[in-house]
Amino acid sequence: MQTRTIRAWTWVHKWSSLVSTVFLLMLCVTGLPLVFTHEIEEVLLHQPWEPAHKDGDMLDLDQVLHVALSRHPGDVASFMSFDEDRPVVNVTSRAPDAPAGVYHFQPIDQTSGQAAPPVAGHPVMEFLLQLHTDMFLGMPGMLFLGAMGLMLIAALVSGVVLYAPFMRRLPFGTVRASRAARTRWLDYHNLLGAVTLGWVLVVGTTGVVNTLATPIIAYWKDTALKELTAAYDAPVAAGERASLDAAVKRAKAALPGMTLQFVAFPGSSYSTDHHYAVFFHGDTPLTTHMTTPALIDARTGALAAVAPMPWYVKTLSLSQPLHFGDYGGLGLKILWALLDIATIIILISGLYLWLAKRRKPA
Amino acid sequence: MSRRDLSLVSIFAAPGVLFVLSLIGLVGALLEDGLWDGLGAALLGATLIVLAWALIRRRR
Repeated sequence: MQTRTIRAWTWVHKWSSLVSTVFLLMLCVTGLPLVFTHEIEEVLLHQPWEPAHKDGDMLDLDQVLHVALSRHPGDVASFMSFDEDRPVVNVTSRAPDAPAGVYHFQPIDQTSGQAAPPVAGHPVMEFLLQLHTDMFLGMPGMLFLGAMGLMLIAALVSGVVLYAPFMRRLPFGTVRASRAARTRWLDYHNLLGAVTLGWVLVVGTTGVVNTLATPIIAYWKDTALKELTAAYDAPVAAGERASLDAAVKRAKAALPGMTLQFVAFPGSSYSTDHHYAVFFHGDTPLTTHMTTPALIDARTGALAAVAPMPWYVKTLSLSQPLHFGDYGGLGLKILWALLDIATIIILISGLYLWLAKRRKPA
Repeated sequence: MSRRDLSLVSIFAAPGVLFVLSLIGLVGALLEDGLWDGLGAALLGATLIVLAWALIRRRR
């Protein structure tokens, strides 16, 4: 490789890393506990709970909704989701004038209508998640972190290119531990980078895709969803809505064999102004992560359309597990944590190498 | 040092193999359950085993 080429790639590696290191360190440090969110919340939020009437009748979804909204008068329902291992329905609602992102989330015992203890959403984990997702800055923060992810990808590519000239006389894995600190840490940096490349690239790239979640969903709503529902243009006010319970039953009949995941109410970010969007997921490992909504006319309760997701929403759906590492059991999560720690060492050693070089030019 | 430079192939052979194994592990565990959860983790974990090997055996 020519000296000029190496210089150019060094420049790319140096600046893409310097610009993003602080943020990538924050992402790695907050990401470490977030990998174990489920396990941590199981401990932090654990309390024994039994449904009020274990073998009794269940409230229908309209009754659950009524109970939930009566506890926050004036609220409008946004989402309803369903726990898989207990008869609990979660209602998310918000006041019409509430600032963006402020919701009421209520887990409700479907056998009694009483409040059920939450199994997710511990404040500490929520804080870490928010910091990790958008640094409390909403969409701009998310997109900014996405840009930092692109910097990471640039640093990885340039790192691979530079690996060749650095390693041209060193067998793979060499660590010159007895040499000066800079040489030693260069070897650690190169070795760690070389072995973790695949994982870091996947987690980085899927992280970037995840930062685009809001625009991706908004685009889907404005194009594919709009086309499907072009015939329905009048918003359906809350008072004119057909039964939610019947709507979900109708949707289930349209998508037999799929598992109910959540309902997006008219006017919420995952639906139109005039449909209940009833989301289902599949049962194979792959389709578990992908949702298909059935759209129910909120005025008449009739099935308006089944809307298979376009490729870009599917890409987003698959980027989530590949970023979170929550799809292969505890073993995979532990690897996620170890590789995350390796990434932290790469970032810090990179910073150290830059500082050491500045102090004593080679 | 008067040793001859290593070829690109020998420089990238080990990292390349680890890269491919990682991707197969990551995607395999996503596409299949059961056996693949363990196998996927094992393939991804190979990177850390190689790392441990290098840190122990390639120190000088």
